[in-house]
Formats: sequence, C-alpha cells, structure tokens
Amino acid sequence: MSDPSEALASAKATADRLVKAKRLNACLTPVGELRKALVTQAQAAHPSGVLYGMPVAVKDNICTLEFTTTCGSKILESYRSPYEATAVAKLKAAGALIAGKTNCDEFAMGSSTEHSAYGRTLHPFDKTRVPGGSSGGSAALVAAGAVPAALGSETGGSVRQPASLCGVVGIKPTYGRVSRWGLVAFGSSLDQIGVLGRSVHDAARVLSVISGRDPKDSTCEERDPLRLPNVPESLQGFVIGIPREYFPADLDPAVRRACDRAVRLCKELGAAVREVALPHTAYAVPTYYILAPAEASSNLARYDGARYGPRFDGSADVRALYRTTRGEGFGPEVRRRILLGTYVLSSGYYDAYYRKAQQMRALIAQDFRNAFDRGVDLLFTPTTPSPAFKAGEKLDDPVAMYLSDIFTVTANLAGLPAISLPIGRVKGLPLGGQFIGQAFLEDEMLEAAYALERVVPATEEA
Amino acid sequence: MAAPASWETVIGLETHVQLRTASKMFCGCSAAFGAPPNTNVCPVCLGLPGALPMANGLALQLAVRAALALGCTVHSRSVFARKNYFYPDLPKGYQISQFEQPLATEGSLSYLSPDRGIATATIQRLHVEEDAGKSLHDRFPKHTAIDLNRCGVPLVEIVTGPDFRSPQEARAYLLTLKQVLEYAAVSDCDMEKGSLRVDANVSVRRVGRPELGTKTEVKNINSFAYVEKALTVEHDRQIALLEGGGTVEQQTLLYDAKTNSVRPQRAKEASHDYRYFPDPDLPPLVLREEFIAEQQALLPELPAKKRERFVEKYALSVTDAAVLTADRSVADYYEAVVHAGADAKAAANWVMTEVLADAKDHADGLRVPAGALANLIGLVRGGTLSHQAAKRVFGEVADHGGEPRNVAEALGLIQVADTGVVTGWVSEVLVSHPTEVARYRSGETKLLQFFLGQVMKLSRGKADPKLAQRVLEEKLVA
Repeated sequence: MSDPSEALASAKATADRLVKAKRLNACLTPVGELRKALVTQAQAAHPSGVLYGMPVAVKDNICTLEFTTTCGSKILESYRSPYEATAVAKLKAAGALIAGKTNCDEFAMGSSTEHSAYGRTLHPFDKTRVPGGSSGGSAALVAAGAVPAALGSETGGSVRQPASLCGVVGIKPTYGRVSRWGLVAFGSSLDQIGVLGRSVHDAARVLSVISGRDPKDSTCEERDPLRLPNVPESLQGFVIGIPREYFPADLDPAVRRACDRAVRLCKELGAAVREVALPHTAYAVPTYYILAPAEASSNLARYDGARYGPRFDGSADVRALYRTTRGEGFGPEVRRRILLGTYVLSSGYYDAYYRKAQQMRALIAQDFRNAFDRGVDLLFTPTTPSPAFKAGEKLDDPVAMYLSDIFTVTANLAGLPAISLPIGRVKGLPLGGQFIGQAFLEDEMLEAAYALERVVPATEEA
Repeated sequence: MAAPASWETVIGLETHVQLRTASKMFCGCSAAFGAPPNTNVCPVCLGLPGALPMANGLALQLAVRAALALGCTVHSRSVFARKNYFYPDLPKGYQISQFEQPLATEGSLSYLSPDRGIATATIQRLHVEEDAGKSLHDRFPKHTAIDLNRCGVPLVEIVTGPDFRSPQEARAYLLTLKQVLEYAAVSDCDMEKGSLRVDANVSVRRVGRPELGTKTEVKNINSFAYVEKALTVEHDRQIALLEGGGTVEQQTLLYDAKTNSVRPQRAKEASHDYRYFPDPDLPPLVLREEFIAEQQALLPELPAKKRERFVEKYALSVTDAAVLTADRSVADYYEAVVHAGADAKAAANWVMTEVLADAKDHADGLRVPAGALANLIGLVRGGTLSHQAAKRVFGEVADHGGEPRNVAEALGLIQVADTGVVTGWVSEVLVSHPTEVARYRSGETKLLQFFLGQVMKLSRGKADPKLAQRVLEEKLVA
C-alpha cells in the first residue's frame, strides 16, 4: 500500500479486528486508546516506507512511546517509557503502525502466558488451552488474524514455542542481529527480539526492517539489515541435518509423524537429509535454567519502587520498601527465578553452577558448529514436544513447564537463528517444526522455510 | 599507651579516581560536577527498563594511560562485570565494574617515604568502573534525597598491596599518585569534589612477625588532611585493643572527621556477597597492541623522570627540582622561562618564590608570561633593575600585563648607573648621618650596609647597588 487513505483504512480495520479479538486477552492496550493511536500513526506514517500501513503488535516487554510497557507485571503497572526501542523506531520509520501491546508471561518468564499480572491469554482455537509463551499475546493476535505480524522476544523459545502452539510463523534471529535497545532485559546474553507472522514472508519482512546495527547496543552486530531471499524453486543443494536427540523414543507419535512428513517434503524438494548428533542437548534445559535466572536476578534488581513503578509500602525504611515492593510487585514465577539466579551466583555456589553452566553452554554451541562444519546447512526439529496444553496443567509443576522449552532453548544458548512454521495439526491443534540455521545466515534458513511452507499441509492432521 | 615501637602498621589503599571525560562511562550524559540534582541523567544512567550501556572510548583511553603511568601490564582482553547490591543511589541494582579480569595488573609506584626514603608501592590491579549516585541524608528532614548526576561517571580503582608501614607513608604515596595522575591528565584528582576517594585496609602486627594481622577497612576519608588522621586513629585503636588482650574484628569502619574517630558501618550498609558475574550487555574489552602503544606515546614525561632531568640538565638541587616538578604546569612554565633565555638557577629561584606565591594568591594561575619573566630576569642580570625593583615590576606585570622594561621605565625603576647622580645621593646620605659616619670611620665597617640601605631608600631603589657601594666606600674612607 502507498496511499494515505489505504493506511487510514488499515488502521481502522485493525482496530476493529482487535476489538473482535478482545476475548483472547491478548492485547493489553485499551481499545479506545489503541484506535486513536492507530489513526494518529496512519496519518503520520510516511508512504514510502516498506511496511507502510502494516499493523504490527508489540510484546509488552518492548518499550514504546505510544503505550504503557508493563512486561505483564504489577511492578511496572502504568509504566510509560520515555523512549522507544530501536526495533519499534525502525518499524515506525518503515511506515508500520504499532498496533498495541501484547500480553506475555511476566518479564517473559514462562511458556504459557499464564504468568501475567493482567490475566492469561486464551488459545485462539480452544479457550481452555494456553497459546504458549512468553510471547503468547503476540502469537494469539496473529493466529486470530487481528494483525499480520507482531514483535515478540525470545530468551529460551518464547517466540517459536507460542508460534508452534498457535499455528503461526515465529522467527528468532541470530543473537546480535536485532538491537536489544528498549527490550526489557530478562537474560541479556540470550534475549533477542523476534517476529511472529501469518506467513514466513510477513515475519521475514518485519525482521528485515528491525535488523541491523545500532550504536546504542554493543551486543548488536555491525551489519547491514537482513536482505530477504527469493522464494526458491527447490531445495536442491541444501543439506538438512536431523539431530537424533530431538526425536527421543518417547516423542509424541503425532509430533513425530508431522516432522517425518515435513522432512519427506524437504527431500522431495531436492534437499539432502542426514542424521546428526548434538550430544550435549540433554544439558540444555538445566544450563538454560541456571544462566537465564542468574542474569534475571541482576536485571530485575532495578525494580525496587524507588524511582518508578508503584510502591507497595510507604515505609520510611528503604529495606522494607524493597521487600514489600518486590514481594508484592513480582509474581511467583519471577520470584522463583530471582531466588534461583541469586543462589547460583552466590559466593560458594558460583563455580558449581554459573561457571559450569557457562562451560556447558560453550559445549552446546560447539555441538552445532561441529554439525555445520560437517557440511550440514540447517537443522530440522520439532519446535515443541506437544501441541497446546490445557491452562493450569503445568502451573503447579514448574519443571514440566520448563521442559516445554526443550527443543527451543538450544538455539538461544548457541545464539543461532531459528524459525518455527506450522507443519500440521494434532486433533485440530497446530504444531510447528523448526529450522535452526547458522549464525547470521538467516537468508538460507528463510529460503528453506519459504520452500517448505509452500508444500506442507499445515492445517491437515499429521 | 602502648609502646608504639613494638607494633608495626600495615596499610593497603584502594583509590577511586574519576576520569577526566566530558561524558559518563556508559552514556552520553555530562559528567560535570555541581549541576542541579538529577539534571545530567538519561535512560541508561537512570537504569530505566530496556536501556543498555555503551562504553565511553575516551574513558578507556584515559584508564589505559593511568595504568601505563603506574607501570601496569595492560591486558589485551578484560571483562566488565556486574557488582550486585541494593542501594537507592544505585539505580540498576548493580554497578558495572571489572572483577576476575581487570584492565591492568602488576604495576608499581615509587614515592618518597618519610620513614624509609624512596619506597615502592605495588599496584595489584587497576580496573574501570562506573560511579554510583549520591544519597543526601541532610537535605530534607527525615528523608533521604537521591542525586543521580554522578551515577555512571567513569572511575578507575587502583589497588595497592599491603605496602605501607605508617599513615605518613600512605599519605606520601597518595600525594605521589595524585601527582602522577594529574601529570598524565587522566583526572583532576580533587578530593574535595570527590574525584579522588580512598579506602584503606589497616592491620597491625608485632614488629618482625611475617604474618598479617586481622584487617579493617576504613572508608569515608574524604580529604588529604584526614588520611593520616584517620589511619592513625585506626592503628591506635587496634593497638589498644590488642594491648588490652582483645582481638581485632574484621569489619568496615567509617571515619568521622568531626570527632576524629572511626565507627563501624551499620550491618545493613555492609554488603557481603556482590554476586559478581560478567556483564552480558558489554562484550569483553579487547585492546589492540597498537592502541596501547598509542596511549603510551600520549603519556607525558612523568614527575620522577622530570625531576631527574631537571637536576641533570639545569644543575638544580633535588629539592628545588622536586618543588618545580610537583605540578606539571609549573614545570612546563619553568622550562619555558629557561627556553626564553633566562639563567636556569635564577629562573628556578624566581619560579619557586615570586611565581608560586603569586599563583597561590590568584586562581588564574601563572599570570606572568614565561617570556616576560625571562626578560625581567635578564634586566636584573644586566644591572638595569635591582632585585627589589624587579619584584615590583613582576607584581605590576602580573596585575596589569605589559613588557617588563616598559613597565619598569613607566614606574621609574630603571637603575641609575650614572656616577654623578649616585655620588649626589651618597653625599646626601652621609651628610644627614654624621654620627654613623664617625662610627664607621672608627672601625664599625659593618655600617656600610646601613648606608647602602639609606642610598637605596633615597633613590627609591633606582641606584645601582654595586656602584653605590663603591662610591660609599670611597667617600667613607676619605
């Protein structure tokens, strides 16, 4: 689109669709405010932008000038950032419309969007189920057709897992591909902004816009924005590795069937397929659940009620203010991870946990390099061990919840790009498969995803 | 009181020095001192959600220069680490510092110990970090106010070994450290503005014992004047404890200058476990060899070297050379005076007396241009001006500027070497002091100085003193 009247129409239509999707509790921005903001943005947007008029919802842990940024937490209730994330600024510069803030697990900690202070988000296909998380609001809005794309964030699968569960595409770029400026930190060495989209192309073109160097983030690589590849005719010349550790004997048979079908289709497209070993995979979840909470315990220290956010106690004693504000402002999952992270960094435990986990992280990354060094271009695995689970099912069992990240955390630990796309249904519920690519070779990964997306019967039972 | 000779004090110092940068360590905010509270702040130094640090390149250059000036090994790879603790003037809940892999290690600094002559302090490490904000407890009754202007200002922390054997030595080291860092232009080292802060580890042991006693950490020593006092108070306290059969408890103490005493930091203020870990927001600091060499090349000649050179090149005493090199701008000024043609010894005397006295009284520094002083010294040497007159000219030039010769002429201070005129003054003096003339002639020749003084007075300092003396001697003999 390039006509101001079309952008305005898009803004209004988006607002209407978001009203319809209200029952999902996926968007945290009040509808009235959102409608007004969309119209204002459409009027201000420059028609030459490559995303002119395209509505993009933004996960609530990414700072925007337009709306509050609460991270799904009571401790940032009504918090309005005085600056916006680089990714958001780039979207706006490209003419996109920021279509509200999406619900998420508090500070992106969770895999079901049940850990939000603002209520859980419903799965768009089945309200008794979860949309996945932590970017569950973004995934649900895209799946419900309210927006073509949304920003999410990943620390350990938080874009790909909900994408898989909601039947949409989710991309987690290489660490350092997209600026983290304005992404509220959870596990800084793992965090990346990612994109959820209706299609590979919708997600990829948003990623292309938000990628590239940023002088405000020293972990963002000095690179030009990602260039979008053409949709390939075939996968001739591609070598796809199938890591055996991602297909354990007890894997859900439906998940296995869906993956087998996808692999068969890749072969039919001309790809060579080969089994590979990533021997340290079993240690990924424990490694992740040491490193991410360790960083989180430090990153979340700033929420103390002293400078911004609500105070839960007016007590004159600053220690009491900290205790009450943090005790009441954070939900149970965040508190659990802060305690865990504090513990693993404590003197006397640092070597046994944090340092060892860092060493394991290096070994996990080496596993991938070894596979790629042996001529494999991409890996293909299931994104999640199961389709969407029931709300409440894993709330009392944090370890069961953590295990739903088992296939996704490895890419975060290794800093690699990965994309999840729908590859079939299990009893009507969507299921995703993922390609994991080599660092900064998102273009190859996208080519494979484009090709598979065209042929895979994503809405058929596996 | 205990016999002090039987105890030996062991002191190590941790010095925080603010680097002289326009902006902060990890953001673009001004690092200036004295702005209205909370005006030099941004999302980064306020620790707002989502903000990220970017290391200040100039601060890193200055830190490397400081390390090189202290003879440290600068590491090609060092790592920023987070030091975690809760305090209201620490907005992120952690301070970005360096821990396991500091910027530099293994340096040393020679200084003049009042007890042992030239002594060498080991510099164990030098690392880069950001400053915290300020908690103001006395601004509003019953409230603590927070000023975050200082938050994020770049610092280096310089840690010595347990090398000092007396509070006086510790102070001598600190003054030398300040001098070196001022020379290297990495910091203004102003303790009163907090740009140089020192914490001390203090322990005592029986003379001759190799093992160290239990140490305490003394904080809040915020002026050079207090360094010796605070450390003396603490070593006296420890000795008294041990003499009384007690033990020293390892703790952090705060020095109170008002009462000249130390008190334990409240347990709540003491943090025990900082949970250091590498800061994931900042990649390891990798410094190329050429970069380090560039910083080395940018270092000026340091005070010790300059002192030696002054002694050798200008034939000055060690003491004079030390006075002249204490401050880099004074040393540069002295050399400029010499280069402009002044005699080295005379220039040294002028700089150490008139110039430094004038600089002390006037904030605007060295007010007489080096060339002008050289000319003035030349006028004295050539007999055109008396030393007394030259001092007046110096004052005039300092206050109002101008060429010394013109100023001297305008003031009528040019020495009169005309025998006729001088003889006139001499005769007048002798006529008006007949008693003294008689005493002189009866052998009290030391009165010559009295007559000379009278001649200078009468001539308003203009009489050439050598000529006047000669004429006086002739007339008095006659």
